[in-house]
Amino acid sequence: MPTFGPDQLFFLLQGLKWTLLLSAISFVGGGVIGLLVAVARTSGIGVLQLVTRGYIAVFQGTPLLMQLFVIYYGVALLNVATDPWVAVSLAYTAHASAFLGDIWRGAIQAVPRGQSEAARALGFGYLARMRDIVLPQALKISLPATIGFSVQLVKGTSLAAIVGFVELARAGQIISNLIFQPLLVFGIVGLIYFAVCWPLSLLGDRMERALAAGAR
Amino acid sequence: MYRLDFSVVIERFPELLVGAAATLGLASAGIVLALLIGIAGAAMRQSRHLLPRLIVRGFVELIRNTPFLVQIFFLFFALPFAGVRLSPTATAIIALGINGGAYSIEIIRGGIEAINRGQTEAGLSLGLSRVDVFRFIVLRPALRAIYPALTSQFILLTLTSSVCASISAYELTSVAQKVESDTFRSFEVYFTITAIYLALSWLLMTLFGIIGRRAFAYPTA
Repeated sequence: MPTFGPDQLFFLLQGLKWTLLLSAISFVGGGVIGLLVAVARTSGIGVLQLVTRGYIAVFQGTPLLMQLFVIYYGVALLNVATDPWVAVSLAYTAHASAFLGDIWRGAIQAVPRGQSEAARALGFGYLARMRDIVLPQALKISLPATIGFSVQLVKGTSLAAIVGFVELARAGQIISNLIFQPLLVFGIVGLIYFAVCWPLSLLGDRMERALAAGAR
Repeated sequence: MYRLDFSVVIERFPELLVGAAATLGLASAGIVLALLIGIAGAAMRQSRHLLPRLIVRGFVELIRNTPFLVQIFFLFFALPFAGVRLSPTATAIIALGINGGAYSIEIIRGGIEAINRGQTEAGLSLGLSRVDVFRFIVLRPALRAIYPALTSQFILLTLTSSVCASISAYELTSVAQKVESDTFRSFEVYFTITAIYLALSWLLMTLFGIIGRRAFAYPTA
């Protein structure tokens, strides 16, 4: 019977590669859509605010696993031949867009109103006001929470294992079933996740303290 | 073209409702355990000795930086290895309690540290007993300060409990998986229970809101 050796570790690291790739795709895709969500949510236009508010509430009020299942099986119903990759990426992108949208909504609202009013008095249009005055300040305020969410996202991609997507957690299950040493394998898998997430968490904490110190 | 058919879901809706009740039970037990761990851990973090502080800190960082799925798998295999034989549902409660506990420790610690020492001193100088100072001046404002963060953590724990289906604990998601494998109506089944989860989290939000308004109905400074 095989034991845990370099081959097994290599297989786990292959899984880690997909974990990181899936996280990156959903973070970037979710970031682009999330920015639109945040801007729509703070636009002052009733319909847009209502729709984005509902969008955020649904994603925050349901389990990530269900979001994954509904989008995964929903895409399968569309009768277009797609790779499971596409469906899983779509699910995580939608999830990330709602959470990032809400984080950035909060940040935009935290920028003092006077900033926006002053820009308007100086003759800035809406686009220039957002791009040059509001969003840069909101970005700074939102950084700790944004980094915190990226940790949630990396951990969340482990649920893709449940629909059979071979990332780090699923790779761990496969090895564990082969060598019958679940404690060792899941211990190592946990440590690999920790090695990815802990530095991010520390960075987020440090930024939060710096921001709090700057606000005093 | 695929035709949506919710009739099987309607037929087995009573089963799903029982599953939803099981989710509430599982989550409630997890929340109680998380609170106990949270209070004990926050107290240990106030310790004068380095070791307990270090242990709690390590525990919190380890749990917060690894996926719940990996934690529950580890526990699922670790408990029998340690000679403890528990049902999947009991294992799930422990896993939820440990995970929610780590987050609760940080929240409760923040609440305790937010209470200004001067308030305690002011209370004592007004002639209140130490117990009354703790009850009315430290504990209640601390609880009120952390109540929103703590309760949203508990709602999150309830939603996370769906992952417990992966060790076949009895709750809503595992019931749904059974209905799905009987009927092959994956989308309809999961769409429906997503709506049930949404209703559950709104129910909890409303409930926590009512409790919060009753318990903390006094003016802020």
